[in-house]
Amino acid sequence: MLSRVADSLYWMGRYIERAEHTARLVNVELQLWLDQSPEMGAGRWRFLLEALNAPSADGPVDPTKLVNTLVFSRSNASSIVSCVASARENLRHVREQSSTRMWEQLNRLYLDVMDMRPEEEWILKSHDFFQLITEGAYLFHGITDATMSHGEGWQFIQLGRYVERADTLTTLLETHFRRMTTDFDHPVEGAEYLEWVGLLRDCVAFEAYCKKHTAEIRPLRVAEFLLLNPEFPHSIRFSVDRVNAALHLIGDLTQRAAKLPTRIAGRLRAQISYSQIEEIIAEGVHTYLQNVRKDCKEIHGAINEIYFDYPVESEIAS
Amino acid sequence: MTATALSTRLSQPPSFVNYQLDTAYDEMFDSPGNAREHYRALQQTLLKLPPEELRRSQQAADLAFLHEGITFTVYGSKEGTERIFPNDLLPRIIPAREWARVEKGLTQRLTALNLFLRDIYHEGRILADRVVPRDLIYSCRHFRREMRGLNVPRDIYVSICGTDLVRLPDGNFAVLEDNLRVPSGVSYMLANRKVLKRVFPTLFRDYGVWPVDHYPRVLLATLKSLAPENCPYRNDPTTVLLTPGVSNSAYFEHTFLAQQMGIELVEGRDLLVHDNVVYMRTTSGLRRVDIIYRRVDDDFLDPLCFRPNSILGVPGLFNAYRAGNVSLANAIGTGVADDKAVYAFVPEIIRYYLNEDPILQNVPTFLMSEQTHRQHVLENLEKMVVKAVGESGGYGMLIGPQSTAQQREEFRARILAEPRNYIAQPTLALSSAPCLIDGAVESRHIDLRPYIVMGEKVTLVPGGLTRVALRKGSLVVNSSQGGGSKDTWVLREGELGGDLIEEVRQELNLLASGLASGAGGTEKTS
Repeated sequence: MLSRVADSLYWMGRYIERAEHTARLVNVELQLWLDQSPEMGAGRWRFLLEALNAPSADGPVDPTKLVNTLVFSRSNASSIVSCVASARENLRHVREQSSTRMWEQLNRLYLDVMDMRPEEEWILKSHDFFQLITEGAYLFHGITDATMSHGEGWQFIQLGRYVERADTLTTLLETHFRRMTTDFDHPVEGAEYLEWVGLLRDCVAFEAYCKKHTAEIRPLRVAEFLLLNPEFPHSIRFSVDRVNAALHLIGDLTQRAAKLPTRIAGRLRAQISYSQIEEIIAEGVHTYLQNVRKDCKEIHGAINEIYFDYPVESEIAS
Repeated sequence: MTATALSTRLSQPPSFVNYQLDTAYDEMFDSPGNAREHYRALQQTLLKLPPEELRRSQQAADLAFLHEGITFTVYGSKEGTERIFPNDLLPRIIPAREWARVEKGLTQRLTALNLFLRDIYHEGRILADRVVPRDLIYSCRHFRREMRGLNVPRDIYVSICGTDLVRLPDGNFAVLEDNLRVPSGVSYMLANRKVLKRVFPTLFRDYGVWPVDHYPRVLLATLKSLAPENCPYRNDPTTVLLTPGVSNSAYFEHTFLAQQMGIELVEGRDLLVHDNVVYMRTTSGLRRVDIIYRRVDDDFLDPLCFRPNSILGVPGLFNAYRAGNVSLANAIGTGVADDKAVYAFVPEIIRYYLNEDPILQNVPTFLMSEQTHRQHVLENLEKMVVKAVGESGGYGMLIGPQSTAQQREEFRARILAEPRNYIAQPTLALSSAPCLIDGAVESRHIDLRPYIVMGEKVTLVPGGLTRVALRKGSLVVNSSQGGGSKDTWVLREGELGGDLIEEVRQELNLLASGLASGAGGTEKTS
């Protein structure tokens, strides 16, 4: 596979994931906003910006303006509109590698998103819009799984998707745990309860969590669930497992199995697989997450260096 | 259909009411109300379809094009750079005997042009014999000195060609332009066909139309037959399509063809040259490339050899080509043979190399470098079409009858400044064909671009891209200038059998009286 093509598929995977993630977080935030007292609300908006790694706003927050920036701004490369446009642009560059149905779906999502205009008061009625994004992304991944060979190209899409997920999840959790200095062992209540449920909803995890632990929210369990659960698709461990699997298959297909990205991802996976939540909390969740994030960054750099942008001299010599 | 049913139908607005015939040859009607034999079944189908259904089909087709992203890019336009290429639902139908002549004529022409290219880049016999003036060739912007004495596989310079044909008022096809560099549009031919088969399945089957879907396979076989001298695996050469990238107007076509042929679509930055061998950068390391179907113009191919600021090309590509390590299709320097001034000499070129008379005629062409021609043209600018010799795609043109005095003055100045750079042709009455305009059938001017590929053998896919000047009365069919396209049906010999024709004829007799006023009753001269 051409390096440029792999690069585009990888980034397409990342952008779709990012669009979906942002849509989910903003939507959950808007729902929470209705339930909360005004003072608390302002803190939440800052949290949202931080959790999305967006430049934080000084002074009083104007929710409409803030949401518009996160959703529509073309100067913000991580806004939903920019992400969908970038995902489409990446696929457009490698259209012949995808199935026609994939392109049609992503193109349609793009045209729909481009049609949206931030009208007066729209954020209170924006649920359908966010639904459009998340469902559009689900549909795209479903079509991709059903119509594209699960070969190298598909693996690069998965790789991008789960590297992005591991990265965005880590940032979200880091922000949350920095903000909530809680007693980890006891059930939370009141306003605090809303914050923890909000976190679970940010990760589409509320129902799955309840199934496992009932609706009683204990921070320790939430942390364990979102960091270490091997079965839940929006946990860090699950994402890292997927990154690892994709890298192994790509490594086999390209005879580069022993190279750097596989090694870093394998190390991270082993570490998460054998971690215990009590230890993590004792050491500080925040520190732990920082290390995970550093590894994600290194994996990304290594993928770039081994598959996309390797120095020609070394290749010709070998 | 009974006579009563027909009269009910005719009481609705007849869909041909605005169909105008003028001095141009009309593909459908030989006289007002009288359709040519091979168009009658189509006419009958149209008269049965309520206009509303036609309009729905048209919308469905447009949407399919938009969703599949079958678009092209218009240069120099600010508003959204991607546009769909408008498709007209009514097929253009060419009977077998007419096609046979086109096929023979184009094969002859391309054979001669390849011999011509080989000659001018080697011995130059035709120049020594003064059949084509030497200075005309050497002053051509697309002449590549670098190609002198270089041998190309099978001596084929032009392996992919899309010649523009027009039908003159006498019904004969004539060549308007030879596109010998990087002709485009073939994907629209294939896409139009896909849509038409969905819209008119029965009609399509009954007509007995030659398929066109095998074009990508034929193209791939042709490319592979051009493997370079030093190709390590001659039976399985690595073939790629080189595109300028996503902002090129024909990008959709590049991806489409690469996908259909199952070859890699590469950009210049994917390729590199080491020791005169071309490699592409893949995730599993560098891989040798043997044949490049390039959709990048000569100028941009190799910054070391041609335009130094090109970022679309591959540094060192030309040396690899020269060393016989890679093939390019088309070869470099073919533009000299489709220069619009050289065009005027093509009939002579055919006679010179093949000792045959040209089967397809040229359009009369005035060379602005000739004093007498120039005088004549400058005095009659408002009747002429003036073209820059090295341009294509409808850019750099003056359409006399539709020009303003200011535009004419501008072209006069340009011609006088650089006479070699311009030619002129009398304004041609391109043939017209039925098109679906807002639910009714009207006539619009069209041309025809068949695609010829030449490798081990010459193949014409029966059909081609029929381009339509969608603006009423317009004679410019280029996609960049508001043109559209329609499917082209080349009929198999002996199909559309007697039964169907007889059936059609009976119903048409019934219709004749009602239609005579509607179908082009107004005789109009341009």
